[in-house]
Amino acid sequence: MLQIDTWKRVLIWATVVVGLILALPNAFYTRVETHNDALAAIEAGGDAAGLEAQVGMWPDWLPSGLVNLGLDLRGGAHLLAEVKVQDVYKARIQAMWPEIRDMLREERATIGTIRLQPGADEELRIRISEADQVERAASLVRGLARPVASLTGAGASDIAVSTEGDMVIVQLSDAEKLATDDRTVRQALEIIRNRIDEVGTREPTIQRQGAERILIQVPGVGSAAELKRIIGTTAQLTFQPVVTRTADENTNPGPGEQLVPSRDEQGQFYVLESAPVVTGEDLVDAQPSFDQNGRPAVTFRFDPSGARRFGDYTAENIGKPFAIVLDNEVISAPTIQDHIPGGSGIITGRFTLEESTELAVLLRAGALPAGLDFLEERTIGPELGADSIEAGKVATIVAFVAVLVFMALSYGLFGVFANVALIINIGLIFGLLSLIGATLTLPGIAGIVLTVGMAVDANVLVFERIREELKTAKGPARAIDLGYEKALSAIIDANITTFITAVILYAVGSGPVRGFAITLGLGILTSVFTAIFVTRLMVVIWFERRRPKTLEV
Amino acid sequence: MRLRLVPKETKWDFFSRSKLWLGISALLMVVAFASFLVQGLNYGIDFRGGTTIRTESAQPIDIGVYRGAIDALELGDVSITEVFDPTFGLDQNVSMIRIQAQDGEEAVSPEVIEAVEAALAGVVPDIQFVSVESVGPKVSGELIQTAVIAVLLAIGAVLVYIWLRFEWQFALGAVAALVHDVLLTIGIFSELQIRFDLAIIAALLTIVGYSLNDTVVVFDRVRENLRKYKQMPLKEVLNISINETLSRTMMTSVTTLLALIALFVLGGDVIRGFVFAMIWGVIVGTYSSIFVASAILLWLGVKRDWSKPDANAGTQYANIDA
Repeated sequence: MLQIDTWKRVLIWATVVVGLILALPNAFYTRVETHNDALAAIEAGGDAAGLEAQVGMWPDWLPSGLVNLGLDLRGGAHLLAEVKVQDVYKARIQAMWPEIRDMLREERATIGTIRLQPGADEELRIRISEADQVERAASLVRGLARPVASLTGAGASDIAVSTEGDMVIVQLSDAEKLATDDRTVRQALEIIRNRIDEVGTREPTIQRQGAERILIQVPGVGSAAELKRIIGTTAQLTFQPVVTRTADENTNPGPGEQLVPSRDEQGQFYVLESAPVVTGEDLVDAQPSFDQNGRPAVTFRFDPSGARRFGDYTAENIGKPFAIVLDNEVISAPTIQDHIPGGSGIITGRFTLEESTELAVLLRAGALPAGLDFLEERTIGPELGADSIEAGKVATIVAFVAVLVFMALSYGLFGVFANVALIINIGLIFGLLSLIGATLTLPGIAGIVLTVGMAVDANVLVFERIREELKTAKGPARAIDLGYEKALSAIIDANITTFITAVILYAVGSGPVRGFAITLGLGILTSVFTAIFVTRLMVVIWFERRRPKTLEV
Repeated sequence: MRLRLVPKETKWDFFSRSKLWLGISALLMVVAFASFLVQGLNYGIDFRGGTTIRTESAQPIDIGVYRGAIDALELGDVSITEVFDPTFGLDQNVSMIRIQAQDGEEAVSPEVIEAVEAALAGVVPDIQFVSVESVGPKVSGELIQTAVIAVLLAIGAVLVYIWLRFEWQFALGAVAALVHDVLLTIGIFSELQIRFDLAIIAALLTIVGYSLNDTVVVFDRVRENLRKYKQMPLKEVLNISINETLSRTMMTSVTTLLALIALFVLGGDVIRGFVFAMIWGVIVGTYSSIFVASAILLWLGVKRDWSKPDANAGTQYANIDA
């Protein structure tokens, strides 16, 4: 009969109360957000006294989790980048050349002289003068292979060696490529995160997507183009000895040398020694500043080993120029005036203030291991987001009121019960969204509105069933009981099927679609909970107090 | 006095013209599919790559001026439309500009966007670019693929679930109704040339969910009544079941529609297409759970005795011709 154990009642109400308390901060969104930002600022070492008032805007003992607003509601920039993992293959394979060369030279007696052939970037083609010994040379090279350092590639070796006529061809093995790809993308992810953190915006989303892609969403950034400047630059910084300056872009650099254009002077080229003295990896700090003429510049500091190498090099090469190279462009090529022992220096060039600030950020955050291709970019202005929130709010309220009125008219008191459950339902959705830190998007709001419409379904199923059971006149208590019992299978089946589609949407979809799937899915959970437990509890309590002889639903 | 959408007790015969309704549905599906093939969908940039720019300005929009400024850049197919919406203020003049993906660009090209913005700012001084979205052709191709997979996966998963909970005939009926709903929705998008983007896929899947919800409620009652009236002809059992659940079907459809219409009118133009798809889906879905799903169930016939536990539960494949 109509009985619900006390512990169940307590549990149901407790769930509702906890859910609503979790949802509460969202009703005071800006207030709580200021509070949270102030707390974060204090944690980051900000001025605690000045932020005290902002922290006080929301009591500490209440939960302060908020629903994240998606980019389409808050405005911001969204980028989908693909890491050009092939970039790394070249560096990797070229780095193997000295080792292979030294080893093969020792075997000169049997394989003759060796010569590196120009060819594709991602392989080494080594010509051997004793052509019949090519297999022997290949097996020697194979001896240098190392096992791949990854779980999936375990057991495989890192290089693939083949022969072609009198040539030995060395490539990265497929397993090694996979392992390298993974490393490259993870490094890129880390560097992008560092760079965005350096700029310091609120709650950026930086996620790996698939094997080679990175999704970056930053609320509050003016435009995707701005964001791209911060993360799109590789920022490979090197200090290289200058061999000569030239204006001829067809100059053939000698072995171990390379031709690099100047960044600021059109038509100016430098021939540099390929091996850098120090690189951006040796930096520990970089700050925007000004040179003695008051022009924007970047000062930097080397770590101890970098400082020692740089110091030694400058001591030995006084009077010679060296080049500061950023992403294959010579920024400047000053002449070494004196031994620079302190491990710090300054980069001058024709920078604007903005450029020097950005360069400092990039150098601090580190260089990207490979370039990025941008496959998708979206900028949503904050005004559009605000308009969407406003429209969404109004629509939700109107939808809500319409459904409330309609339910009350159709089912009277029971309709009112369903309405209370519906209000609790919306509260629970927001509570859950805050709890899991989900993101609310515009389609997400649509999902909530849809839930408002569909949430009553479970109640409707029960009420209609109670009406039917009343016809067979078994008395009100029995009718209510049977109504709930018999409607259950329909409620469960109908909601599980909808839930399946929500799960698939979440799994396959991205961005806004995912936001929709989340609210739809959570909405199904909460609406089933409120219909089966909350409304029922209300009906039971009402029934216990009134003991009506007849029932009108 | 209570508000009632359908009379207290109904004994309407839904199957007296079931062949006619099935025929009409089949015809509509053919028309929808033909429209999709002939006219094609008005794909958004999510699916065919390119750039959309949403502009806002206090000046009234003169599309000719906009077009003049952009055509000088020779970017190929450019569409410019003014957007109207009751939620806009008086000095809010909004336009949407869509530029096709540029040839040979795997990624998006910021130069094109900058050039367009500069050209427009030249003719409309107070213009603002409230949103700029670019999708490269590489991603858009994949998005189509995942969208199709998502819809097929959803339909497949549902097929399996209903088959497990009911019988294969029910599953076929439900899936026929789903295919019907999805096709008709695609058809109306192609016929009215409403922009079809990623959000519409979400709407399609929701329609799948909603239509199913409806179908399952009817089927649940059919299952119950099959146990109750063991000797009654299937047609009558179906009729009774639909009549018994009719009040609920209408209630839920109306509350859902109420909410959706509020969103359609007041929710802003950004999601209007999405909401339209859903409104259409709710109407079509309600219709199809009665006139397609149930009609197919009637046509296929169904196992009658639900009272005993099914000894053959594990071997449904063998019954496929039964």
